Amino acid sequence: MSDSEQHADDAQPVWPPTRVLPDILYCGVCTLPIEYCEFAGTVSKCQKWLRNKDQALFAKTWPDIDLSQKLEETTIDEGMTKEQKKAEAKAAQEAKKKANQRVVIKRIERSKRKCVIEVSGLELFGVDLKKAAKLFATKFATGASVTKNPQGTDDIVVQGDVQDDIYDLVVETWEQVPEEQIELTEGKKK
Amino acid sequence: MFKKFVPKDDVSGKSKVKSSVQRGIRAKILEQYPALNPYIEELIPKKDPLVLVKCHDRLNVVMVNDQLLFFNHHDGPYYPTLQLLHKYPDIMPKVQVDRGAIKFVLSGANIMCPGLTSKGARLDTDLPVDTPVAVLAEGKEHALALGELKMSTSDIKSINKGVGVELVHFINDGLWHAKIEA
Repeated sequence: MSDSEQHADDAQPVWPPTRVLPDILYCGVCTLPIEYCEFAGTVSKCQKWLRNKDQALFAKTWPDIDLSQKLEETTIDEGMTKEQKKAEAKAAQEAKKKANQRVVIKRIERSKRKCVIEVSGLELFGVDLKKAAKLFATKFATGASVTKNPQGTDDIVVQGDVQDDIYDLVVETWEQVPEEQIELTEGKKK
Repeated sequence: MFKKFVPKDDVSGKSKVKSSVQRGIRAKILEQYPALNPYIEELIPKKDPLVLVKCHDRLNVVMVNDQLLFFNHHDGPYYPTLQLLHKYPDIMPKVQVDRGAIKFVLSGANIMCPGLTSKGARLDTDLPVDTPVAVLAEGKEHALALGELKMSTSDIKSINKGVGVELVHFINDGLWHAKIEA
């Protein structure tokens, strides 16, 4: 730290040239600088990540942890404070919640031979709905729009009978959407 | 300010600014952070378009090449984003909090005076009220937050009660995670 070099002369502070640190390692799990992982609430995951990434840095950041231990054993339960445990439990719960999220692709009949497809739940996986609608529209050469549904969330409505095609496209385009969490249903006219 | 910041809801518009406005912003940033002078051409190249992301409450974020660089509020001082500050750590005055305060700062709390005066905390430079400061933490290398002094440093030391630094931006908040596409 170069704090002590800072000039105390506050009438006209002379700025020392700043240091430049081009590559700061941010944790891949909690996105914080690695030295703040301990406050992120996903400590054991962060530790695992860093350990796989850079052993030397791991030793520097977590000097208390014995490197000779096997990777699986590093879920240091004893070392964790109550609060850290609480935070991890919270994270686990969130992950569970995430597993329950569904993308629903619903076929709604308009008249005898015409229908629209309503895709809901994509936003839960961090998909930009407007972009998705545009993608559907160009892929299937149909109209696709983002509309508000009665629950107040946004849906994509695609014109034309393209239910199965949408399923394939969703699986292909957004890897973060697990296939088993996509649901195909049929519905009546609203 | 960014504790609950969701780009999707809070961004009301973004626009490329006129080159004259861009020059103005650049000059203002340089005036405030003279130490950035050698690097400004990398950060805000004259040729590249500068996008101003307008958010709720007259909050403007300066974006160049899809990177969020600076923000200001109500035409107030410009603050760098923390990612930028980590890269150029010495561009603004610093204060340091003790270890016990880190947890609270990371959930967005304002910094109380005792957290700035206790052992482990540092207030090295004399700063007047309303100065934008970087907040460092005991035993850590990188800044964890940005704030604005609500008391001068001498007041913090003598009064030692109440809010010393109002928190503006901290790691893990909405702006930290924000990714805005042009």
